[in-house]
Amino acid sequence: MTSLDSKTQIVVVGNGMVGHHFVEQLHQSDANVEITVLCGESRLAYDRVYLSSFFSGASADDLALTTPAQYAQWGVSVVTNALVTDIDRDNKKVTTSEGQVFSYDKLVLATGSYPFVPPIPGNEQEHCLVYRTIDDLLAIEASAAVSSVGVVVGGGLLGLEAANALKQAGLDTHVVEFAPQLMAVQLDQAGGKVLKDKIEDLGVTVHTQKTTQSIEAGNTCRYKMVFADGTELETDMILFSAGIRPSDQLGRKSALTLGERGGIVIDNHCVTSDPNIYAVGECALWDNKIFGLVAPGYTMARTAVNHLTGGDAEFSGADMSTKLKLMGVEVGSIGDAHERTEGALSYTYLNQPEGVYKKLVVDSEQKKVLGAVLVGDTSDYDTLLQYALNAIDLPEHPESLILPSSDAAPALGADALPDTASICSCLNVTKGDIVSAVEGGCCSVADVKGETKASTGCGGCAALLKNVVDSELEKRGVEVSKAICEHFNYTRQELFHLVKVNDIRTFDDLLEQHGEGLGCEICKPAVGSILASVYNDYILKSAHLPLQDTNDIYLGNMQKDGTYSVVPRVPGGEITPEKLILLGEVAKEYNLYTKITGGQRIDLFGARVEHLPDIWEKLVAGGFETGHAYAKALRTVKSCVGSTWCRYGVQDSVGTAIDLENRYKGLRAPHKIKFAVSGCTRECAEAQSKDIGVIATEQGWNLYVCGNGGMKPRHADLFATDLDTETLIKYIDRVLMFYVKTADRLQRTSVWMDNLEGGLAYLQDVVINDALGINDELEAQMDTVVDAYQCEWKTTIEDPEARKRFRQFVNSNAGDTNIQFVSERGQVRPATEAEKVAGKDQFIPVAMV
Amino acid sequence: MSAAPNFLASGQDIQQWHLVCETRDLVKNSGVCALVESRQIAIFCLCIKGEAQVFAISNYDPIGKANVLYRGLLGSIGGAPVVASPLYKEHYFLESGLCKEYDDISVTTYPVKVEGEKVFIGI
Repeated sequence: MTSLDSKTQIVVVGNGMVGHHFVEQLHQSDANVEITVLCGESRLAYDRVYLSSFFSGASADDLALTTPAQYAQWGVSVVTNALVTDIDRDNKKVTTSEGQVFSYDKLVLATGSYPFVPPIPGNEQEHCLVYRTIDDLLAIEASAAVSSVGVVVGGGLLGLEAANALKQAGLDTHVVEFAPQLMAVQLDQAGGKVLKDKIEDLGVTVHTQKTTQSIEAGNTCRYKMVFADGTELETDMILFSAGIRPSDQLGRKSALTLGERGGIVIDNHCVTSDPNIYAVGECALWDNKIFGLVAPGYTMARTAVNHLTGGDAEFSGADMSTKLKLMGVEVGSIGDAHERTEGALSYTYLNQPEGVYKKLVVDSEQKKVLGAVLVGDTSDYDTLLQYALNAIDLPEHPESLILPSSDAAPALGADALPDTASICSCLNVTKGDIVSAVEGGCCSVADVKGETKASTGCGGCAALLKNVVDSELEKRGVEVSKAICEHFNYTRQELFHLVKVNDIRTFDDLLEQHGEGLGCEICKPAVGSILASVYNDYILKSAHLPLQDTNDIYLGNMQKDGTYSVVPRVPGGEITPEKLILLGEVAKEYNLYTKITGGQRIDLFGARVEHLPDIWEKLVAGGFETGHAYAKALRTVKSCVGSTWCRYGVQDSVGTAIDLENRYKGLRAPHKIKFAVSGCTRECAEAQSKDIGVIATEQGWNLYVCGNGGMKPRHADLFATDLDTETLIKYIDRVLMFYVKTADRLQRTSVWMDNLEGGLAYLQDVVINDALGINDELEAQMDTVVDAYQCEWKTTIEDPEARKRFRQFVNSNAGDTNIQFVSERGQVRPATEAEKVAGKDQFIPVAMV
Repeated sequence: MSAAPNFLASGQDIQQWHLVCETRDLVKNSGVCALVESRQIAIFCLCIKGEAQVFAISNYDPIGKANVLYRGLLGSIGGAPVVASPLYKEHYFLESGLCKEYDDISVTTYPVKVEGEKVFIGI
């Protein structure tokens, strides 16, 4: 361990991305140092990762990571074009090619690497170039201007980047690779093939398994490359991108320990064999490895700074996972992509028409992600990387992580990540760092970026960063509040619990204890629904009446002119001739419009508010009950004819539908619910589009849940099979009550289930296996509701006070003269505004009470 | 029970107080409708902190074009009492008659007074 007293002289050789990062980190550490940077190029540090953007318009300034002014402000001395040629380790001095000498207390070698050019005869000719520095790019630009065909030697990461550069420059581009596939380090064979196909689709020709023997004068082009297998390729310019070699010449010259194949050996603190000399970045060899990505380099730089300033942080290798876009092709590689770990197993998804390849490598227990290869679609990269880096246990069906939009695919939410999870590996920002930033006042992704520098390196973590930031902000109530409205700072589910736990029986009590203001059209009906679900009181009891929306007060659906619809319940869609006649007679007497509904019952329209009690009195007398067409409750249970009549029916669907409808009528829910029962697999009752769908089998009933029609139709999911009737009812009891108790206001069962963590599987676990141990409670609650059932129309017409509500005027028996009808297809319909203006004599008078 | 202070439409003078109903005909936190000289008037009885306040506005919903406002749900927006039209849920401030959603739309407000158990509307 070392520490710094009076200004320590730090000399940094090399000002690439890692060299600059070292300087930046050391400057930020506020240590008592004087930093001198000897920069080998003419330009200060620039972003080499985004080098190819140079050809799509980025300037050198755009790529610059720092400026002379910034270094000056930091008190950092810098010399450009300074090539260090000697290190005098005994006297602690370095000398440049210009003869300048600099003394150091600590020396940092960040000399990077140089492009390897294979020893091919002819490789020193004009227009045979390398791809690393901005100066190289300028040379490439110049050559490209006088070329039509270009070849890149090397089909790895950099090689494909270089090919993109040539293509952008307008050349007919080829890639020559001596291995049988492209990107042999990051991708497996199958992935490499998909990548080749995609690149060729973009107009770049790929030649694999080609070893170049010589570069000779060409016939149609400037040159021709001759390969070992005898074939030839004409080209005007050649870019070598066949690998990098560490720039370790200084180390070699000054007798630092080097690796067998080059690279300056460093220990876990990034110290070389000389205790006063550090090496970081691509020139350094750690555990016999050279790290060719910027993120590990940055980590080394930070480790060196830490050690320099007295800490004992250690470099422990780096994750070489990478996600990038090459020529518009998404490519990703995580961990052990080549399944080298003993016992490793893999899942593979290949979609040739779309050019997508995904391979997931897992351990022998299928519990952990060991690696992955992604070509053509890297949308799963972030999730898989988090699984891999944090050793998070895989879900039950790991393949769901790479298979296309499976409903069951559990995305790894930001919440599931531990605080130690690395979000930005380039800048070493963990989830904990982001949480601290948000705690400290950051209110947006931009703020967090500024504070933590996350996503300012390669930018690959941008989506994940946003995920985490949004999640943390939401948790702190900074974003969208989940409160039901301005009067209650709770969700519907929380209000449900408050009502139940505190035995609150009225809206006024709830408002007084937990709310503010006077309430509104959002919370009143919601609380009304909750109270009904819990206690199933008569909803027109005076305390509850002001909570109800007009449809629920007048127990009908208000139509556009202020009249109401009348819908008696017709359980299972079965009706006797007597009842049909009664409906007809009532409709005739009150001149109502009649229509058959999709729910297999009959709707009567045009009823004035003051006539409703009389109409219902006649219906109730004839054996009808309210159909709850206005309520967030069970609407209908449709049925097909079933085994009683139909030659195909295998169970009595009508009888069961009627039983179900009679059991669950009146149950108040967060939203309307609709059932259906089909008597055989032909499914004539369309049960699969219902909240609860029942389809008969030879053995019993198949139960489907959480479907719906409407604006966003959704197929119900198969929940359980071959149930006997008793079990069917038990399961429906539990599913419904679970929904009623936990869903959000106005949330359909489909959305509710989608939002349950674990979805259908979880619901099955709760209901079938009693995973939460609540089934007895759920059934008891349902029994309470069923027992407390009352037909609210019956109760209303028997209550004179309640009947008084049904009038237009409190001081007159007159009717609303604005309600006017005209005749159409033998029935009435509301007059339009134009018709009203036109004249009264067309109107059909309606008998006044 | 007290009648809420009413904003009179400018230039509107009360010609006469009309007896419309008894206080027991009003419904706590809900509305009823009275017919006064062929005008339909919605009357709301709000209970604010134990004290009842009565408001009266035109019953005609200018957007839905139907006589239904007395059947709307009562509530408050930022503390100010409102009724939500049962047809399309626009909010009308009971004190001013202004529509929250549309600046250029409003309903007429009427003075209302309660004497003993009698409710009067001023037109």
